[in-house]
Amino acid sequence: MRPFEYVSPTTKAQAVSLLGASWGGTEILAGGTDLLALMKDDIVSPKRLVNIKNIRDLRGISSSPQGLRMGALTTLADLADDAGIKKNYPALAEAAIEAASPQIRNMATLAGNLCQRPRCWYFRNGFGLLPKDETGNELVADGDNRYHAILGNEGPAKFVSPSTIVPVLIAYEAKIRLEGPKGKRELPLEKFFVIPKSENEREHDLGPNEIVTEVVVPPVPNAKIAHYEIRQKDVFDWPLAVAAVALKMQGSNVESARIVMGYVAPVPWMSPEAEQALTAQPLDQETAQKAAEAAVKDAKPLSHNEYKVQLARVAVKRAILKAASGGAA
Amino acid sequence: MDDDDPNLKHPSDKQDNSGVSRRDFLKISGISVAVPLVAGPQAVMAAGQQVPVYGPGKVPMEFTINGKVHKASLEPRVTLLDALRDQFELTGAKRVCDRAECGSCTVLVENKPVYACSVLAIEAQHKAITTVESLMQAGKLHPLQQAFVENDASQCGFCTPGFVVACKSLLDKHPHPTPEDIRRGLSGNLCRCGTYAGIRQAMAQLSQKGA
Repeated sequence: MRPFEYVSPTTKAQAVSLLGASWGGTEILAGGTDLLALMKDDIVSPKRLVNIKNIRDLRGISSSPQGLRMGALTTLADLADDAGIKKNYPALAEAAIEAASPQIRNMATLAGNLCQRPRCWYFRNGFGLLPKDETGNELVADGDNRYHAILGNEGPAKFVSPSTIVPVLIAYEAKIRLEGPKGKRELPLEKFFVIPKSENEREHDLGPNEIVTEVVVPPVPNAKIAHYEIRQKDVFDWPLAVAAVALKMQGSNVESARIVMGYVAPVPWMSPEAEQALTAQPLDQETAQKAAEAAVKDAKPLSHNEYKVQLARVAVKRAILKAASGGAA
Repeated sequence: MDDDDPNLKHPSDKQDNSGVSRRDFLKISGISVAVPLVAGPQAVMAAGQQVPVYGPGKVPMEFTINGKVHKASLEPRVTLLDALRDQFELTGAKRVCDRAECGSCTVLVENKPVYACSVLAIEAQHKAITTVESLMQAGKLHPLQQAFVENDASQCGFCTPGFVVACKSLLDKHPHPTPEDIRRGLSGNLCRCGTYAGIRQAMAQLSQKGA
């Protein structure tokens, strides 16, 4: 790790003013499980680290008739252990348990999970987010892309969005709140993720001197919600495909659906096609299969990841059937 | 530090990678203005208040490790793991992946297991840090360590201290863990020799005894 100066503000306003107006000079330290690894590998080399863990306003989980509020510093362990979340948002608690090992869950924060950088091995080895060789050829398209995107990969971004709890948060219609020098703003969580088109863009709609302050989820939805991950290892592994679904029912038919895939595209991938396929349909093997087909209809696998199309299809189908049979285990 | 070896070439090591000097950085960061103090750390003004700035040079730090106070002057970039091993001769926690993956550096901070490689020493100050060295009392192995011995739960032994701390934390939370609790509770520790069966047996033995 290269030397840096360390500051530990106690208010959000202090934190914002201690951050730089452009990327590169400063980084935000929360749990540190991603950032310190990036710094050890020289992927980022900040001159200043802004530790936000002493900012009280960024902590805490609270439930009210308006819904659930989770402070940016909520750890994955807090999410997994919170009685209110386990009772009212069980698919979120389950996703938080599945996200990492006990050690990481004790350290990693919610905001850090949303802002973690992609796991793409070209990026992690210093070739950039949109890796190219000296002649401008894209490295991922011609290289080892077995874990890369099958959707939304037409541009130079071929990595996959790395959070495993984001798809289920989007299924729950979560919103993210940010604070920066121009004040506060709130976005639907799905709008926080963007596909970068050039190397100086990031994969989040986040300014270099903005911080994530909290995530809010509307009141417990009257919907069937489930989360499903496919991994090589059963525990503590990056998934190959993730699906989260929220199904609002009218009688025994689906009134409306939210279907979100993870690990298939540079952003969490919402599938209006799958949602459409399920609308006004009963929930059974056949309709789940049709929705899953629709979800991957436009997939364009790269040279080494065609297998992910089938995994994504299966993840969507199983998430729908899991939701139909009562959601989180 | 070894990873600062100038001979280690890196794709991002372009000619301008030295970046702006600290002074330039403070200038361009706009709102922040350096205000040197007579003694102690420097400070910057942030949102109308002075916030102390530590480093990049050495900073006096104080830790509570296994109930004892330890002091050292360290740069902010030093991890808790490197501080334990290099400053305080507590070499039980091992540096293996150094990337929050393998679990060999597992220690307890405020009684919760964490990867010491991924905590900065500066942020572990004034917190209760517990390492594997605290388990053996008066020359006698902790029952957990004894169970590792009796069940042949280590081979080369390099991952063992991390596993022992992770097991201790798991047993503190679940005195009678199910096989599923054990599998999930130890998912953050890897053993390349593959001693998992022995570790599971040791845990099963302790679970029956209720240690």
